[in-house]
Parts: sequence; structure tokens; C-alpha cells
Amino acid sequence: MIGLAHYLTLAAILFTIGVFGIFTNRKNVIIILMSIELLLLAVNINLVAFSVYLGEIAGQIFAMFVLTVAAAEAAVGLAVLVVYFRNRGDIAVEDINLMKG
Amino acid sequence: MILQAIAFWILAGVAVSAAFMVVAARNPVRSVMWLILTFFTTAGLFVLIGAEFLAMLLVVVYVGAVAVLFLFVVMMLDVDFVELKQGFLQYMPVGALIALIMLAEMAFVGASWAASRGEAAAQPPAIPVSASNIEAIGAVLYTEYVYFFQAAGMVLLVAMIGAIVLTLRHREGVKRQDIGKQVGRKRDEAVELVDIEQGEGIG
Repeated sequence: MIGLAHYLTLAAILFTIGVFGIFTNRKNVIIILMSIELLLLAVNINLVAFSVYLGEIAGQIFAMFVLTVAAAEAAVGLAVLVVYFRNRGDIAVEDINLMKG
Repeated sequence: MILQAIAFWILAGVAVSAAFMVVAARNPVRSVMWLILTFFTTAGLFVLIGAEFLAMLLVVVYVGAVAVLFLFVVMMLDVDFVELKQGFLQYMPVGALIALIMLAEMAFVGASWAASRGEAAAQPPAIPVSASNIEAIGAVLYTEYVYFFQAAGMVLLVAMIGAIVLTLRHREGVKRQDIGKQVGRKRDEAVELVDIEQGEGIG
């Protein structure tokens, strides 16, 4: 019998993989953006699983909004990436110091 | 019920391994492909759990738009991707450590939650079968959550404008049509009268 705990475990594993991806791909912004998408996907799984098992549709509405924000974030992030590549000819995250922060 | 369990285990296994390949693949194009597979299998899981609309949205928005956007950008950038992968083994220990700590924390929270009040929630889905998933979402999305819906639209609009503003560039030396300049032109600046001596050229 597949229960709520199964879905929560799956989401936790996916979230962990996303965090792992952010840390191990320090040089490649594209993979980092994809890892963020994985994190948001894991959150969505959590929201949908709770929504279904608690009988409350609001969780799925929230998941929809998370999806919207994820799409917007991907668009803006990739635009920034393209501009950065145009200026530097490279996308290595470690060397990002244009703003001298 | 046993069929459902088999489907869950297959989909979950594929989703986890595809997600791992996203972060481990050498070539970012392959990473995007694995990401698409992850989204597809997650959509399958959503169908399995009874959230059909979210599953459809996941396929349309993520696979149809976001993944294709990633693919475009990956192929547009002329980067030596093998070189970018160099630090993988170097960062592996600390990344794995932090990931394991997070997993342990989440497992701890989940276990304590399940021990306290998980029994009640672990029962079969309680959403009435009479109303379809899309119907149930539509009934609240445009009434209770209409302002959030509008705000989501604004977020998308701002993101769209932001992406355009960021990537738009005016190249030097490109001749463009300027309607205002065309219409505002006067006779003086357009026509020049020259007296030319008989038998001679203009210059």
C-alpha cells in the first residue's frame, strides 16, 4: 500500500539530489539552475501529496504557483546567464566577480 | 492496489535515477534530457496520486517550455563543458555531506511527524470522486485564489519583460528604420540645390 510517507520520502530524496547537484557543479551555472528546478519539483511533490492525502485542494493550487515562479525564475536566470556569457565568454561560477562584492 | 504499488516503485526509481543523472551527467545537453525524463516520471506520479491537472501542467510547462529553454541556452553557449566538470570530484565530499545532513534532517522530521499524527493522514485519499481534479481546482482557483492567480500572471509578465530587457542589445552600425525621423524630415535637409557651371561636373 503506497501511502503519504512514500511520496514524502521520494520528495526528500529528490530535494537532496538537487542540493547535492548545486554543491558538486560549482563551475556550471546551467546545471545549478537545473538543480534548482529539481528542488522546486520536490517541493511540488510534497505539496501535491499532502493535498491529496489531507483532502485539501489548496496544496495543488500552491503547487501551481510554485510552477509559475519556477518558470519565471528559469527564464530570468537563463537571460542573466546569456548576458554574462556575452560579457565574459565563459560561465564559470567561481570566477563571477564583476560586481566586486 | 498491487498494480498501483508497482507503478509507484517503477516511477519513483526512474525519477530518482534520472534526477541523479541530471547532476552527474558530463554533457549539459544530456542533463537536460534527464531533467525531461524526471519531469515526465513525476507527471506520471501525479497522475497516480490523482492530481491530473498538475501532471498535465508539468508536462506542458516544464517539458514544453522550461526544458526547451534550457536546451536552447545550452546549445547557444559555446563553452567547453568538459572543463566545467573538472571540480566534480573535488566538491563531491562536502556536497555529499551537506546533502546527507539535509536528508537526515528531513527523515527525522518525517519520522517524528509520522509517529505523532501520521496515522490519520495515511488513510486513502479523501477527495470526493464525483468532482474531477480539474473541476475541483477550477472551482477555487478563480474564486478564492483569484488575486494569487492575477499575481502569478504579473510574475510571469515581469519575468518576460525582464528577460527581454536583459538580452536585448542594440548593435552599432546597423541601419534601422526610424519612422519619426522619416516623417519629421524637412525639405531643407533632404534637397540640396547646386549651381553647376556649364560643361563641368559637380565635384
